[in-house]
Amino acid sequence: MTTTARTHQPEFLSGDEFSIPTYGVLAQDGSLYEGADEPDLDKAKALRIYHSMIVTRVLDERMLAAQRQGRLSFYMQCTGEEAAVIGSAAALDDDDMIMAQYREQGALAYRGFTFDEFMNQLFGNEMDYGKGRQMPIHYGSRKLHYMTISSPLATQIPQATGYAYGQKLAGEGLCTIVYFGEGAASEGDFHAALNMAAVHEAPVIFFCRNNGYAISTPSVEQFAADGVAPRAFGYRMHVIRVDGNDILAVYRATQRARELAVKDNKPVLIEAMTYRLAAHSSSDDPSGYRSRKEEEVWRDKDPIRRMRSWLEHKGWWDDDQEKSLQERLRAEVLETMKRAEKRPPPPLDSLVTDVYADVTPALQRQLDQLKWHIRRHPEAYPRGARSLDPVLASADNTDDQGGE
Amino acid sequence: MATINMLQAINQALDIAMAEDERVLCFGEDVGSFGGVFRATSHLQEKYGKARCFNTPLVEQGIVGFANGLAAQGSVPVAEIQFADYIFPAFDQIVNETAKFRYRSGDLFNVGGLTIRAPYGGGISGGHYHSQSPEAYFAHTPGIKIVVPRNPYEAKGLLLASIRDPDPVLFFEPKRLYRAAVGEVPEEDYQLPIGEAEVTKEGSDITLVGWGAQMEVIDKAVELAEKEGISCEVIDLRSILPWDEDTIAESVLKTGRLVITHEAPRTGGFAAEISAAIQERCFLYLESPIERVTGLDTPFPLTLEKEYLPDHLKILEAIRASVNF
Repeated sequence: MTTTARTHQPEFLSGDEFSIPTYGVLAQDGSLYEGADEPDLDKAKALRIYHSMIVTRVLDERMLAAQRQGRLSFYMQCTGEEAAVIGSAAALDDDDMIMAQYREQGALAYRGFTFDEFMNQLFGNEMDYGKGRQMPIHYGSRKLHYMTISSPLATQIPQATGYAYGQKLAGEGLCTIVYFGEGAASEGDFHAALNMAAVHEAPVIFFCRNNGYAISTPSVEQFAADGVAPRAFGYRMHVIRVDGNDILAVYRATQRARELAVKDNKPVLIEAMTYRLAAHSSSDDPSGYRSRKEEEVWRDKDPIRRMRSWLEHKGWWDDDQEKSLQERLRAEVLETMKRAEKRPPPPLDSLVTDVYADVTPALQRQLDQLKWHIRRHPEAYPRGARSLDPVLASADNTDDQGGE
Repeated sequence: MATINMLQAINQALDIAMAEDERVLCFGEDVGSFGGVFRATSHLQEKYGKARCFNTPLVEQGIVGFANGLAAQGSVPVAEIQFADYIFPAFDQIVNETAKFRYRSGDLFNVGGLTIRAPYGGGISGGHYHSQSPEAYFAHTPGIKIVVPRNPYEAKGLLLASIRDPDPVLFFEPKRLYRAAVGEVPEEDYQLPIGEAEVTKEGSDITLVGWGAQMEVIDKAVELAEKEGISCEVIDLRSILPWDEDTIAESVLKTGRLVITHEAPRTGGFAAEISAAIQERCFLYLESPIERVTGLDTPFPLTLEKEYLPDHLKILEAIRASVNF
């Protein structure tokens, strides 16, 4: 606890004059800013990051198109925020926990989630780890330490504090990173999470993707302050603001944040200044609330182009490699999508499993009653009826030529 | 066997759980060195250290959010909400997160280790923000278990079972009985089943169902009714979710009559659910309409608390009405 100096005049302080600088390393042309140090990022890791960026963008483009064709009910793109998401994930230990909001498929791609795994969730088929219970994009992977996404906004933030506190007690030398947007930072959960993390010294990195919009609400209508970063001072927490489209700045800042979190048990807030180039979701139309011109300004700051220029400067990447990677990934996406679409839905019994560790007698009665009903009206419930009828179910499987 | 009160029984359960498994943590507002405003967590910080028993900032959504994360990580948190009346800031974390963690992830992740303790109920001159019985709000949410003990013996055995249960549990403690209910409790470790009601007294003319602090009130009413020659069967539901439909149905098939009582307001109260389910299963065996004895559909009052609460006389009248229908 610090002691406060005394004053004898009623002078009010205000955040008006206060502003936090933005840390930047890489200029849009791929050169380094004067005075900036290049982080320790070797060729293999740099290319893994770049590859994940392209995977994410190819997936996003293709799945948005699939949604427009009516093959997918819903989709959300990471477009424009790839450097913020992937650059931060790349600075972590692969065993650190990621608690994402919903736009962080780039982090999952970086950890090695395959196109098949993405597609199975997007189509909610029998191979979906979440058993077809959530909207598309609500991925999760135990193996890759990526907590299953929850739709209610900001609820994952205090959970990250708790998760990280448990990691500290377990002495694993690991931390948790939690992603959220500047809109989610308005929820009470955000305050609860930062305050508890600071008080209880949890090794957690709060990563705010300040992408300018919460659906249609611009950040100027979200908060009056200089972004989200200054709030860290109120909690006596370390904070840094970075250029979220600058892969090297995001990577270096997160590396340093991880050291503070794991070695010193100090939670850290990172505010990455970026821009949501795409719509909020496939159900949203940004032309109703922002100008084409504004978007163009940010299109010129494309984080992938910026990283590619840097890689080319280093002699690590060229046009041919780019072309062949893009072609290969596009073909793979289409192929895995077709495979996932053909897979049958999860079996009917999965309606009542995982509510509790064991199916309760009441749930079993309700399932039995439902099965009785479906058997009487199989035509009205084709998916449920198929999973009740072994002949139809095996027909589904022979139809599937794909396989893992 | 030592005779102790409900708070001591709860404290013993927490002590046993923390001694046995270092992943068990107790936290909440004032839970640390002070031992909780009711002293349920007394001496736990001394024994197990500040890392495992601690005060949190005053933020219920934070307490439960933090607890959800801890449980997902593999710890076994026992989070205290100081009064059940103040559980509502954490409502989103409980109904959207705690309850759905396992289902939404296809069992990749779960928060089964979590137990949330909260003192509930009236009869302590607490006015409406220290007297509510919110169990029915949570009973509409699949994925959590809701447990309410009626005496010190039940409190210890059910709390130990809740902490070790593979599902998240909301444990509502009848605070009117914290010191008032005294009874024999074994010092050693034991568990009572979650999801099973208990027939605490057998009878043949009418079935009475309640939970928590109402069980004592039912017993008083039964004493009066039996003087009038009415043989009563009494059932403590113990778990609101999942609830033991079979035990009640079996009893009602025998007695043909049912009275359900709870402190919470009538509309949408859990007695309504029991009443509907038993009517479906026992319709042709019922000798009279199922009676509910509950609080009024008002916020909980202060001065007229005695009038508001479902007491033994109100239950006695319901028994008479049912038997004389």
